[in-house]
Amino acid sequence: MTITPSIKREYLSKLASQGKRADNRKFGDYRPIKIEIGYIPKAEGSARVKIGNTQVVAGVKMDLGDPYPDTPDSGVMTTAAEMIPMASPDFESGPPREDAIELARVVDRGIRESEIIEVEKLCIVPGEKIWMIFIDIHIIDYDGNLFDAASLASLAALMTANVPIQRIKPMLEKLQERYPEIGNYLKEHPDNYTLPLREPPISCTSAKFGNVIVMDPSLDEEEIAEARLTVATDEKGDIRAMQKGLNGSFTVDEIKKVIKASIDNGKKIREELYKIVGK
Amino acid sequence: MTQEKREIVIPSQFLGDTQQSKAGRGTFVEQGKIYSEILGILNKKSDFINVVPIKGRYDPIEGDFVIGVVEEAMASSWLVDINAPYPALLHVSEVPWDVEFGETDRYLNHGDSVMAKVATVDIERKVNITLKDRNLYKINGGLIITVEPSKVPRIIGKKGSMITLLKKYTRCRIFVGQNGRIWIDGDDDNVAKVLHTIKKIESESLSFGLTNRIENLLKNETQDVQ
Repeated sequence: MTITPSIKREYLSKLASQGKRADNRKFGDYRPIKIEIGYIPKAEGSARVKIGNTQVVAGVKMDLGDPYPDTPDSGVMTTAAEMIPMASPDFESGPPREDAIELARVVDRGIRESEIIEVEKLCIVPGEKIWMIFIDIHIIDYDGNLFDAASLASLAALMTANVPIQRIKPMLEKLQERYPEIGNYLKEHPDNYTLPLREPPISCTSAKFGNVIVMDPSLDEEEIAEARLTVATDEKGDIRAMQKGLNGSFTVDEIKKVIKASIDNGKKIREELYKIVGK
Repeated sequence: MTQEKREIVIPSQFLGDTQQSKAGRGTFVEQGKIYSEILGILNKKSDFINVVPIKGRYDPIEGDFVIGVVEEAMASSWLVDINAPYPALLHVSEVPWDVEFGETDRYLNHGDSVMAKVATVDIERKVNITLKDRNLYKINGGLIITVEPSKVPRIIGKKGSMITLLKKYTRCRIFVGQNGRIWIDGDDDNVAKVLHTIKKIESESLSFGLTNRIENLLKNETQDVQ
């Protein structure tokens, strides 16, 4: 664990009290965002996202699977995050720790609760065979605000994903003997097709330290933050998911402010995302 | 600079014979031949062949001035992070204060920063640091940034030329620790200027004539302000 020198805290708080940030951003501003799609050719969909120096790669993989008994006719999505030691001296190899699990869950919740994936269209044989979507997130470089980078990368990967009919066809044809419904499915979808999606939610993270709230906290700001709030909003400005982290607290007014700022920034990021994925 | 250009060597690259030259830092000897141990820049000084690492942690050497952050206050000593592979020990007998047993945390506590000197490095690389030298104290105020330890000589410059420049044009108080930590104190605009100049020095550390270019840059900026 690297320790934060207390004078760093004093310095950032002093700047904040004058309305400044260490990298000359305004409190509500994001660092430059860069999205690259199709980063991993072998994945069904993939993207690399950079927010400032933070760098995240996400990949989407699809496979046939069995549905859960309570949702026999919908597809399944799982999210996993990997924090490799290369990204930061604080990350260690081994099984995922609390922070990696939280990251995966926050990204998962944003995507799941916004119902961006049309799970009911991912059913092949009700109760028997469905599509499973795996979203894998790899942190390449950590400079604060992993939540937004990871969820943006996952979204971009999902939006560029193709359902791999060609690859899985031999398996489906074999299964067709047991489940004749597959014949209809193959007739409907003879070739790879884009993953059916609804409009994406955009996650925006704010951190609070001293008496100020900053959007898109950098590593230094994250280290001294008392509280953190991630808000995922959709196109209509509805809140789709929220996650509060760390020990500090927000007042009701502060939360309202954060939500408004998240909607505003979400709009800008969404435009950027649409432009890159070509929608 | 007498050397034409700076040569980058890779681990296990052949550098010379032990009969003609001596193996210095960052090298190893096998069957009378000197090889590079790390990815770095070749540096031949008198008889010695050294390799200066491009990146890496700080390797403590006795007598270095460093900036440390206190990790833990123990009964009669402190553990101080000096950006080296292992924390350094600061014993109560090595500080200028009269510390009672068990009251170490009243003087230095977790998160406090100190300017210190590396007192001893033993064969197991256990490091002891001391505050008993001139100009060593607990840091209050200002800002600490971290750069690559191998870039520190470039930030200080030849006989301190670069650091004198920085101090002259920005009127900041600057202390450069050999471990890659730099303490800066001054008014905010000037601190920002120092930060961005140091970033420039770091990114262009391999080029020649850097000091002159940085001087021009600082000169122009000061004119802009006026």
